[in-house]
Amino acid sequence: MSVRPMNAKEVANKVINKEAFFILDVRNESDFADWKIEGEQIEYYNIPYFELLDGVEEILDKVPTDKEVLVVCAKEGSSMMVAEMLSGQGLTVAYLAGGMKAWSEHLEPIKVGDLKDGGELYQFVRLGKGCLSYMAVSNGEAAIIDATRMTDVYLTFADEIGATITHVFDTHLHADHISGGRTIAEATGATYWLPPKDATEVVFKYEPLEGGMDVSIGNTTINIHALYSPGHTIGSTSFVIDEKYLLSGDILFIDSIGRPDLAGMAEDWVADLRNSLYKRYRELSEELVVLPAHFMIIDEINDDGSVSEKLGTLFEKNHGLNIEDEQEFRKMVTENLPPQPNAYQEIRETNMGKVTPDEDKQREMEIGPNRCAVR
Amino acid sequence: MNSNKVLDAKGLACPMPIVRTKKAMEELESGQVLEVHATDKGAKNDLTAWAKSGGHELIEDREEDGVLMFWIKKG
Repeated sequence: MSVRPMNAKEVANKVINKEAFFILDVRNESDFADWKIEGEQIEYYNIPYFELLDGVEEILDKVPTDKEVLVVCAKEGSSMMVAEMLSGQGLTVAYLAGGMKAWSEHLEPIKVGDLKDGGELYQFVRLGKGCLSYMAVSNGEAAIIDATRMTDVYLTFADEIGATITHVFDTHLHADHISGGRTIAEATGATYWLPPKDATEVVFKYEPLEGGMDVSIGNTTINIHALYSPGHTIGSTSFVIDEKYLLSGDILFIDSIGRPDLAGMAEDWVADLRNSLYKRYRELSEELVVLPAHFMIIDEINDDGSVSEKLGTLFEKNHGLNIEDEQEFRKMVTENLPPQPNAYQEIRETNMGKVTPDEDKQREMEIGPNRCAVR
Repeated sequence: MNSNKVLDAKGLACPMPIVRTKKAMEELESGQVLEVHATDKGAKNDLTAWAKSGGHELIEDREEDGVLMFWIKKG
């Protein structure tokens, strides 16, 4: 039997639809432990491909024979080899086309809601990395927020819906992924906005994004209101779009809050983080729908594949918003933090324009899970 | 560093560097050293893990002009 390639899009649909399926991950145990395809109904078996070079007989009792098995590796080659061996034993097998590399780069656009006068808001879910980015569209104009480096996806999407990209924003200088913002702005002639306090070392031109500023998209004026909310970085800025959606960047997530240590300034920024979360956000309408720049765990994904929750609900349920004691809060966000994202220093320098790694290098720098949050 | 055999696995993509390394290693005696040259970035992780699981010893590894070089002592 021949094996079929399964592309990242098909895997994304299975994850979003909470389908049950079986993954045979043939990467090293440490890679698998660090980062894998996550989904509510996925069963896994991990064995490095090099343990199987003499045959797959020893794992036949570990993989199901009555349903399709998806074999996954870093790039593709070894999963293809193992898939063929399993297929030779009569199993129904697919391999992940492009491997975890492709999974890390896949973006799934999901409409999160309507804006005024026919406008629309889309969330681009990067399932393999936990990054979320946005496109607000109105009357043929589009604004993009927190774009990933897979810029073609946004350009193609805007083209398909007949929109011209006029504004590109980054809520802060990212440390976990390489921003595509500047590239998109260069390709489209759009204005690129960045908080000036995060941009003191950047080597390119940008428009200073400051709290209180309003940008309108389309002639029906979808309003994008910038709200200065430091803490994850000193420049971190949130957006309120159409008085309905709160794009919280890396300050507030669904089940966690931002970490203040990725620029080495945890002690200095913890008070800002507290102030943003416990004062500034408290002044906003609880009806706002929070749309963060990341998710951390698969449970944060809604049934339609989007990641969002009402601000009022987060005030009730998000642990990070319910720590009365300031000292306890300080302790949580500065001590026992999870490991920092892969290559986060180099990623920050790339986002400042100080270094320009080639595409392979950029991909390598981003590999692995995002780790911008504390729970 | 001395080696008993040199394997050129440059330009080969995963899983071939490991497949060839395994084959080359089978032709050596215990205690002999295989030198492997590869360009696949994943080779470092994989060869390290493979050597360990096979009871071999990765004595040294370094990178020269984009070529990853490994010296593995057969266990």
